[in-house]
Amino acid sequence: MAATTHTAKAMDARAAGQRLVNQWLANVHSAPERGQPVAYVFVMGNAVEILRVFGFELVFPEINSLQTGVRKAAPDFLAKAEDYGFSPDVCSYVKADVGLMLSDMAHPSGTRIPRPDLAIASSLCNVYIKWAEIWERHFGAPAFVLDIPGKRFATWKPIPGTAQYDADKRWVEGQLRDLISQCERITGKKFDPDRLAEVEANVNEMVRLWVEILTLNQRRPAPYNSMLDGLTYIGVLNAWRGTPEGVEYMRLLRDEVAGKVARGEGRVRQERFRLIFSGTPCYVNMRRLVELFETHGGVFAASDYLTYAAGGLDSSGLFYDPSRPLESLAEVTTLASQLGLSNHFFSHHTLAQQVKDYAADGIVYHGIKSCRTVATSMADNREYVTTRYGLPTLYIESDLIDPRYWSDAQIKNRVDAFFEVLEQRALLKGGK
Amino acid sequence: MAVDIESSLTDVLARCHELSLRQDIGEDEANIAIGYFPVYFPEEIVHAAGLRPHALLGGGNRIEVRYADARIGSFVCSICRSTTELGLNGSLKGLGGFFAQPICDAAKHMAGIWGRNFPQQDPQILALPQNVNSPASVRYVYDEYQRLRGILADKVGHEISDEAIRGSLAVYNENRRLQRALYAIKRDDPARLSTVEAYLLVRAGTRMRREKHNQLLREALRLLPQRRIRPMDKPRVVFLGGFCEQPPLEMLETIEDVCFIVDDDLLIGQRWITEDVPEDGDPVWALAESYIQRSAASPVQYDARKPKEDVLMTTLREARAEAAIISAAKFCEPGLDDQLALSRRLDREKIPYLVLEFEEKMTSFEQMAMQVETFAESLLFD
Ligand code: SF4
Ligand code: SF4
Repeated sequence: MAATTHTAKAMDARAAGQRLVNQWLANVHSAPERGQPVAYVFVMGNAVEILRVFGFELVFPEINSLQTGVRKAAPDFLAKAEDYGFSPDVCSYVKADVGLMLSDMAHPSGTRIPRPDLAIASSLCNVYIKWAEIWERHFGAPAFVLDIPGKRFATWKPIPGTAQYDADKRWVEGQLRDLISQCERITGKKFDPDRLAEVEANVNEMVRLWVEILTLNQRRPAPYNSMLDGLTYIGVLNAWRGTPEGVEYMRLLRDEVAGKVARGEGRVRQERFRLIFSGTPCYVNMRRLVELFETHGGVFAASDYLTYAAGGLDSSGLFYDPSRPLESLAEVTTLASQLGLSNHFFSHHTLAQQVKDYAADGIVYHGIKSCRTVATSMADNREYVTTRYGLPTLYIESDLIDPRYWSDAQIKNRVDAFFEVLEQRALLKGGK
Repeated sequence: MAVDIESSLTDVLARCHELSLRQDIGEDEANIAIGYFPVYFPEEIVHAAGLRPHALLGGGNRIEVRYADARIGSFVCSICRSTTELGLNGSLKGLGGFFAQPICDAAKHMAGIWGRNFPQQDPQILALPQNVNSPASVRYVYDEYQRLRGILADKVGHEISDEAIRGSLAVYNENRRLQRALYAIKRDDPARLSTVEAYLLVRAGTRMRREKHNQLLREALRLLPQRRIRPMDKPRVVFLGGFCEQPPLEMLETIEDVCFIVDDDLLIGQRWITEDVPEDGDPVWALAESYIQRSAASPVQYDARKPKEDVLMTTLREARAEAAIISAAKFCEPGLDDQLALSRRLDREKIPYLVLEFEEKMTSFEQMAMQVETFAESLLFD
């Protein structure tokens, strides 16, 4: 049985995205039948380009876990992991995945997630590595830890050609070569640099379109909500990265978003406030969360989540040079990490810049109980941004998929109070 | 004579204890103390620059948190919180530098917090790698150490010579030999040296020049064999969970009331390198290579050569321990994640164990005492 492909043409982007997601899940499901090797990868720092060269089917355990939240099935999976012995304080994505393992990999989407032949865990979130250790034990599949050095401090600038940059790039390239050898051993195939160049050319096109789509949301009214529509976009972008289908989808999406801008159509009927969202979504209640803002005419014009959950390639518009595919992969992987993916540790300046770029009225920080990668120092970040830049900010806390941490009344109160502040500021500025 | 020995030892330990309680940087050490967040740091390079490495080990259970709660998530471990507090309350204002390592996601944020609040301390991440299994890893660590060397040279205003680093390697090699000797006593003759005592002796090294610490350890090692001891019958256990956030002394005492802790991972960064670092050749390369090739294990360092369960089994066997205490700091994702894998293996091997969770700020130990007592009794009578 061959993997199914579909054309995204003659459909709206939403339907096309949905079909691609379904198709990807079907491909994942049938990979063992087709004898296709399976790799587990994360959204940040995953070297997907190499895996595509070797024909791996990709499983994104983060997407599996978030889907348990979206489909309201997370509590069962979380309970299984906690009963098995995992502390309630462990990242809920990890626990949902352990729950899935304990459910014989039967995912609520109807997909049976196959076992991995290889798992890649980058150091961009240390939990990825702990998570991969669990797979090593459960599936006996080797973990490949890809250490990608991030920025060392807030104003760190990787400058190509400097000794420092070369050192980091050399390190990443060395590991990518190790990964290639490992893929050759697993698949029995030889590495084909031309195929890598092809995949990179597709990624380049996707990134170019993605940056355009992000930039279109700088327009007023914002054509989409980065924390609702945006989440669907990056799901497709991740699952189809480096493929012609992915390029086609991004093109369709760009045209659609550009059309909305041309017609002056906004996501919110009467856009009053433009906001930047910092942090991860609350997948169990994202619609509700967005609704709390949209009823006040607030739209999330941009979010740092769209940078790191999409692999960081939009940061500073990074493109591969397919004429030197492997070196270029090492360069871009290093730069994406240092310019985008390790930013949440030092995101104060970037957030302030986003406020300017998107003409935003404030920042909403969403602290996630189980995600220390994103949320540990948000409160400090907020304090800095408020005092240094005088920006209105809101801090709310819940979880990615664990509904026990969602407190509707409390969050609603805080959101309402935040909008009162925004309204007052608007009045002082001469009204909106 | 025995009284003299005991009182000399008591003096040494009292000095160590006093140092462990001290939260601030002495004025005479302003800008000389270079702070680093756990676990491991290539102290030799700092030492060779004429500066003093200062391990940041949290605030213990006597600190009042007034500022940090408003700056850090409620779901973050205590060492991150208390270290932030020590920064905000001015205790660490004398630091001449601040380094965090990518040991976990919370620790990486410490560099961000420091950067926003204490930029004058030039805070940053020393990016030690999570992949130590690649042939390229030694070169990468070497490059990162050279970066550190450059930063420190800028601070002191002169180059740090290979000769100076070689000198520091010798001092630290001796220090590690002395620490190993201390741990050998604890393992072979635990009634002679308790874990709390060994811990305080090791911890003192984070607050003084290594030459002085070597002297202190030599003195302790001279006195210990002469100490009068009473034979005691307690089960021999290995303690895990002290690699980063430090368990309160009272917790260790509680365990030691009923068990001998014959090996542990307390302050493992101080003993990270397990053999002498070669003193010939390029000293920075030797240090980088030792980080990869002659090193211990911890939950915050992935290493395919050292599956955590195997490491624990070897430790238990070498320490001739009959049981394990698997602890983790509250909200410490790496520690908590490992507990399960370790306990599954112990179950399989039918080795008794006790799982504990702690916080450095704990002040009440009654409940833990009951748990540990029941555990120890089960070991003695089963
Ligand atoms: S800690 Fe955060 S970034 Fe890491 S796996 Fe969990 S949710 Fe994802
Ligand atoms: S105690 Fe654990 S979570 Fe906290 S800084 Fe240390 S390793 Fe990280």
